[in-house]
Amino acid sequence: MSANEFLPWVRRAVAPHAPADEPTSLDATRDSTDQPQDLQRRTLIQLLGLGGLVIAFGAGGVRRLEAAELAAGTAANPWSPHVYVRVADDGIVTIVCHRSEMGQGIRTTMPMIIADEMEADWARCRVEQAVGDPKYGSQNTDGSTSIRDFLQKYREAGATTRTLLEAAAAREWNVDAADVFARQHEVVHRPTGRTKSFGALVETARTVAMPAPESVRIKRPEERRWQGKRMPSIDLVPMTTGTAVYGADLTLPGMKFAAIARPPVWGGKAMAVDDTEARKVPGVERIVRIPETPIPGAFLPLGGVAVIARNTWAAFRGRDALKITWDAGPNGSHDSKTYQAALETSIRAPGKPGRTNGDVAAALAAAQRKVSAEYHIPYLSHAQMEPMAAIARVRDGKVEAWAPTQSPNDARNTIADYLKVDKASVTVNVTLLGGAFGRKSKPDFICEAAYLARETGAPVRVQWSREDDLRHSYYHSVAAHRFEAALDDAGKVTAWLHRSAYPSISATFAPNLAGPTPDELTNGASDVPWDVPNMSVEVCPAVAHARIGWYRSVNAIHHGFAIGSFVDELAHAAGKDTAAFLLELIGPDRKVDLSKAGLVDSGETYYGAPWAEQPLDTARARRVVESVQQRSGWDTPLPRGRGRGIAVHRSFLSYVAMVVEVEVKPDGTVLVPRATVAVDAGFVANPDRVKAQMEGALIMGMSNTLYSGITFAEGKVEQSNYDDYRVARMRASPHVVDVHVVESEGSPGGIGEPGVPPAGAAIANAIFAATGVRVRELPVGRQLEGWETRAGDKGRAVAG
Amino acid sequence: MITLTVNGARRTFDGDPTMPLLWFLRDELALTGTKYGCGVAQCGSCTVHVAGKPVRSCQALMSELQDATVTTIEGLHPTGEHPLQVAWREIDVPQCGFCQPGQIMQAAGLLQRKPKPTDEDIDAAMNGHICRCGTYPRIRAAIKAAAEKSP
Repeated sequence: MSANEFLPWVRRAVAPHAPADEPTSLDATRDSTDQPQDLQRRTLIQLLGLGGLVIAFGAGGVRRLEAAELAAGTAANPWSPHVYVRVADDGIVTIVCHRSEMGQGIRTTMPMIIADEMEADWARCRVEQAVGDPKYGSQNTDGSTSIRDFLQKYREAGATTRTLLEAAAAREWNVDAADVFARQHEVVHRPTGRTKSFGALVETARTVAMPAPESVRIKRPEERRWQGKRMPSIDLVPMTTGTAVYGADLTLPGMKFAAIARPPVWGGKAMAVDDTEARKVPGVERIVRIPETPIPGAFLPLGGVAVIARNTWAAFRGRDALKITWDAGPNGSHDSKTYQAALETSIRAPGKPGRTNGDVAAALAAAQRKVSAEYHIPYLSHAQMEPMAAIARVRDGKVEAWAPTQSPNDARNTIADYLKVDKASVTVNVTLLGGAFGRKSKPDFICEAAYLARETGAPVRVQWSREDDLRHSYYHSVAAHRFEAALDDAGKVTAWLHRSAYPSISATFAPNLAGPTPDELTNGASDVPWDVPNMSVEVCPAVAHARIGWYRSVNAIHHGFAIGSFVDELAHAAGKDTAAFLLELIGPDRKVDLSKAGLVDSGETYYGAPWAEQPLDTARARRVVESVQQRSGWDTPLPRGRGRGIAVHRSFLSYVAMVVEVEVKPDGTVLVPRATVAVDAGFVANPDRVKAQMEGALIMGMSNTLYSGITFAEGKVEQSNYDDYRVARMRASPHVVDVHVVESEGSPGGIGEPGVPPAGAAIANAIFAATGVRVRELPVGRQLEGWETRAGDKGRAVAG
Repeated sequence: MITLTVNGARRTFDGDPTMPLLWFLRDELALTGTKYGCGVAQCGSCTVHVAGKPVRSCQALMSELQDATVTTIEGLHPTGEHPLQVAWREIDVPQCGFCQPGQIMQAAGLLQRKPKPTDEDIDAAMNGHICRCGTYPRIRAAIKAAAEKSP
């Protein structure tokens, strides 16, 4: 297993569809008597064994479960369907959502696509949340993949179901199939106008011949009812009335509450535990040691000391009363200041190339004008609003968990490994996720609940505090970047040297890594859309001393900030308008097979497909830049203290450009009154959710750029809560976010992540325009205090 | 023994008097619409009304709540159709949704005090709330939409 299997934008290329490596349990009609009440409606409907018309989609295409299979509750052949659609005899359509809902709207958009292709009536559709099971294919909701990987499959599943219902009507009426068509939950006979409802056709639809896949017609654009239009979230009522169910919102009979003291340093260990005071806290029942997991530890819990109590407050108080002597272990001297200096040294020497074009060294040596700059980005934490929480129960050798997980299958497999039980005996139910951003791909917190449930013999809910969340995250990598570029007499870039150093995510899975590998640069650094003859993009060594993980857009966060900032520095050095300079840097329209464009050691595939199938299309980059240039009023002047910045970035196969306008107050406070965004993500199924993702990405970019930073001293995280890990709030946030979603029938790109990378650079460039202060170290924090009296002092790029 | 009214119903509590209202609501009454986000009054996810005013329930100790009248998101409107709840849905405010009950409770307090709030009023009232999904522009729009509909 390659360590980079865990890089979110790489790993689906390694194992896009986990095989159903065990007999798929199709008779899992669950005992309903003591499910958590709130979740019953989500988990109890079993689509098999209840009859009706059941369509499944797997690697081998779409198929219908035959009557005998339904009656027996088992499928005749092992296969791996991703999607279930069931039409019941009463016409109710149930669609299983195999992906987790964390704010991106997949619980709405995925069923909406299927229902549209089916010609189902949306009011008669129900959505069930899938448990973790390999039969659903990849359920890992990260890497901005849900629509990107599954749009076509959702369409085929819906269209096949529609075709079967149409064929059923044709047979019942004994008419030509060409004369019938489905329309809003019924099939119509065109010549006579008679109709039959979907429900009334179910029995026949189970017996008509399955259509050949090539005869199943996906709707033409003009036939689409909902795809490409706004569809409100199906969860709006529960979310606005307090009845939506997240990780900590379920209660099992006899459930205990747990809080855990974890090693403050990655790889640390509790040497002595004095729980005298903790036991005195009213409501505390038990203290349980959880063995520390040796680093790197992957998805497993950190270990520590758990306090089991009768309610959350008692668990928290008891945990706080523990007196623990920790051994810090090998990372006890990790310090952000000295580490930053080490990264700086690392990027000042050549690294491993991820892309080589021409001869950068010669071009730089020969250049009349050189520009160089270095950028520093701190560790970041997801800080999603819902701190980790999970519930588990162990009975009769079976483990059940309920958790806000992005990846129920990884959770299931990890629990099985951790508790040394067969994974067939582990069930992971998925609640809504109160924000996730990559943190909830890691099931460490669910394993904690499972472990404590087994140790105590009672159902346990583990609740992380906000402090736990910030101090025991899987951090976004601290990073340093160095650029050297050459400009010719016309101000055109002739050489581009880009080096970066950051601890790799792979270090969380494989011990003793010296640093990132060149393939990590394909997340928005070695695949930049620039037209530059001499390029070298390199990664430099950086050893991990903290648990590293992926956070919304991953390496593209620091790639996007550093690249977009340096382009602005270059434009100023060339004496050009940055938007015009960007367009020149993108160059003529062309489609580039990146694997033939000088990439080195960058893997066989790119975002899960062969390189040649995912060419870089520079016309799309150009168009999003032109769009924001035109829509933002880019050329209209702003007074001092206000400024606009522009950046473009491509990640997860989508192209996003932003113009951000900032207002910098005399005390250095930054406001973002408005922003203009253009996104080309290929075909967009639910444009309002795409707009919402762009709004959110911009505001998360504000947090990453202006406020947030995790730092370490003596191996421990120095921040504790939102007062010292600051994030964007209402007052600084935009009043207007104008999002232009490019209309396209092209292959869908990602949406959840690609808005983040350009935001940081656009904000920093706007700050430069407003104040003359160049931000090269994040977060901005208090760097702008007194800017009015020192403008210009950092206004020029460092001379080469 | 502490007696208080929650969403119109009389409730009693005889546990740890240092327990914040948040955990009484969530763990004892199963009113889980009130969310734990930070525990230190930094994020606003736990906002409820006490005596009609927005309060961070993570900071309100049970020992201080004798005879208090508490309203949670579940009790804001009998059918979930408070003008803010309606506006929130019309504008599709929530993404993950986790912080929204607290945001709505805060906004309801604002509209009671200032039926026609300005942008500055909204910023001042809502700045104590965090939404990591970044729904602030839509929250602002939804508050204005609700205010416009009210007489």
